[in-house]
Amino acid sequence: MSVRYLSCGDTAFTVEFGNQISPQINGQVMALHGAIGAARADGALKGVVETVPSMRSLMVTYDPMATSRAALQPEIDALISRGLPAEAKTRCVTIPCCYDDPEFAPDLDEVAERTKRAPEQVIEGHLKSAFTVYVLGFMPGLAYIAGLDPSLYLPRRSEPRVRVPKSSVSIAMNMTVIYPFESPGGWHLIGRTPIWLFDQRREQPVFLAPGDHLTFERIDRKTFDRISREVEAGTLDWSTLVKE
Amino acid sequence: MTAALKVLRPGLFDTLQDRGRIGYMALGMPTAGAMDRIGLALANALAGNPADTAGLEIGVMGPDLLVEADSVRVALTGPLSPALIEAPDAPPKPIESDRSHLLKRGQVLRVGMIEGSSTAYLAVAGGFALAAFMGSLSTYARAGVGGFEGRKLQANDSLPLKFDHAPPGEECKLAAPFDYGHGPVRVVWGPQEDSFSEQGRATFIGADYRVSKEADRMGIRFEGPTIEHAVPVEKGGADIISDGIGPGAIQVPGAGLPIVLLADRQTVGGYPKIATVASVDLPRLGRLLPGQTVRFTAVTVEEAEKLRRDQEARLARAIADFQPARPAGGIDLARLYEENLIDGVVYEPVPA
Repeated sequence: MSVRYLSCGDTAFTVEFGNQISPQINGQVMALHGAIGAARADGALKGVVETVPSMRSLMVTYDPMATSRAALQPEIDALISRGLPAEAKTRCVTIPCCYDDPEFAPDLDEVAERTKRAPEQVIEGHLKSAFTVYVLGFMPGLAYIAGLDPSLYLPRRSEPRVRVPKSSVSIAMNMTVIYPFESPGGWHLIGRTPIWLFDQRREQPVFLAPGDHLTFERIDRKTFDRISREVEAGTLDWSTLVKE
Repeated sequence: MTAALKVLRPGLFDTLQDRGRIGYMALGMPTAGAMDRIGLALANALAGNPADTAGLEIGVMGPDLLVEADSVRVALTGPLSPALIEAPDAPPKPIESDRSHLLKRGQVLRVGMIEGSSTAYLAVAGGFALAAFMGSLSTYARAGVGGFEGRKLQANDSLPLKFDHAPPGEECKLAAPFDYGHGPVRVVWGPQEDSFSEQGRATFIGADYRVSKEADRMGIRFEGPTIEHAVPVEKGGADIISDGIGPGAIQVPGAGLPIVLLADRQTVGGYPKIATVASVDLPRLGRLLPGQTVRFTAVTVEEAEKLRRDQEARLARAIADFQPARPAGGIDLARLYEENLIDGVVYEPVPA
């Protein structure tokens, strides 16, 4: 496997696996992320600070007081040439989503019109998509989740919204995104989850992790309100949403 | 009563910062942390704190703080103009930066303006009694986490202190101002230098760039000659598949002007990054003010690593060479006056 090493100053470098967005390339990124984590847990790779996965590359940050690029890059190279596991350990996460309230899904009709299908078929397409979290970024906990059913591919909105409500479920291109905070955004809003992707009261404030497999489960407004109350009160049993 | 520093009047952008929230970039959590790690390290050392203690980062203009503790040792670093100590029954007394000071209950520290830098630090001995979020006290205001309620300080905030008494010890000062370095800002090419034409790279290295008004903890937008991308912008030359953003990454969006990304930068981004500021010069970037001009010069990764190690060695020496903050061999009359005459009792240290 040939990778490119890109310099990010004297405290980081990026290991680039390719120049496309694909499950294979992202799988390699996640495998190296996992392999470096495992090596560090065994006491190897001294001086590595953290690794930052993205679509097609992994940034490795290091402490130049504890190691150097010249020492570290061959060690990373050796990890890669020893062979990365085909897929790192993943979790399967179910996200409850309410599509049935116009307040939650202001773009559902427009998406249906532009993809030439009924709103109900848009919802079905979203529900049958096999999603994988590719990268977290832009804001804490915001996950770029690829794997949208190809029948629903659309570019982003030409006019981004100034305010997208927290926990909005949206689609654009081949991805779905759930907003962890109220923020500006240009994606098509087709539903809302009662789950908070970022909750600083929790020991693990960020719910999703890169590599998670993810499906959506349709809920009605009543269920949405019930789960919302549990999330707000901090009483939701989050483990019911996750299978290791 | 809980020991605290009470904010009588906030500064422009006072936030608690430590060395940053390390290990959570994979979850999209920016590192945050001190914009000038040297200033924070010196303030902590002057206050007798471990280097990873959180201090108050002061942006442009500092707060007025009322001491609500029996005593507190504070250390200020950065070019203040100068700070004042006021007490209800005494005239305001100017105090120096780059040293520690012992403050008493009821005194007010007026930090005031910073001159010639955007950033200064206040450390308190023992640190602030606040809960860390994801392992760090660094404030990341965009997500409302860390520091004091996840935001910059406001009037009437009460910053709880770990100690109600300053630990025993002498006041000390920096022997000479720390040399942050001069001349062009050192950068390492990449990660995406190949997204720029040869002419674009020459422009970046050869021209003066001025700090615009859009400069904050997230980054600095520079003004100057535009940098040419290798592929025309309308054909996607300013777009890459998003990847990780290291500290000091210099991204160049379609408009062709460089943006240096600093402490509160997002974790990943989709603009090509022509170069990355060498870590030795990040503290200088963290102190730049709008209107100031810089030039960039390229060094290799190895050179940048060596520059950083040399700087850390100089920092360690500067800390080892702290001087007592009083006339050599003499009696600190001011301190004697403050501690014995005003209080009427001999200073009584509290066991640590």
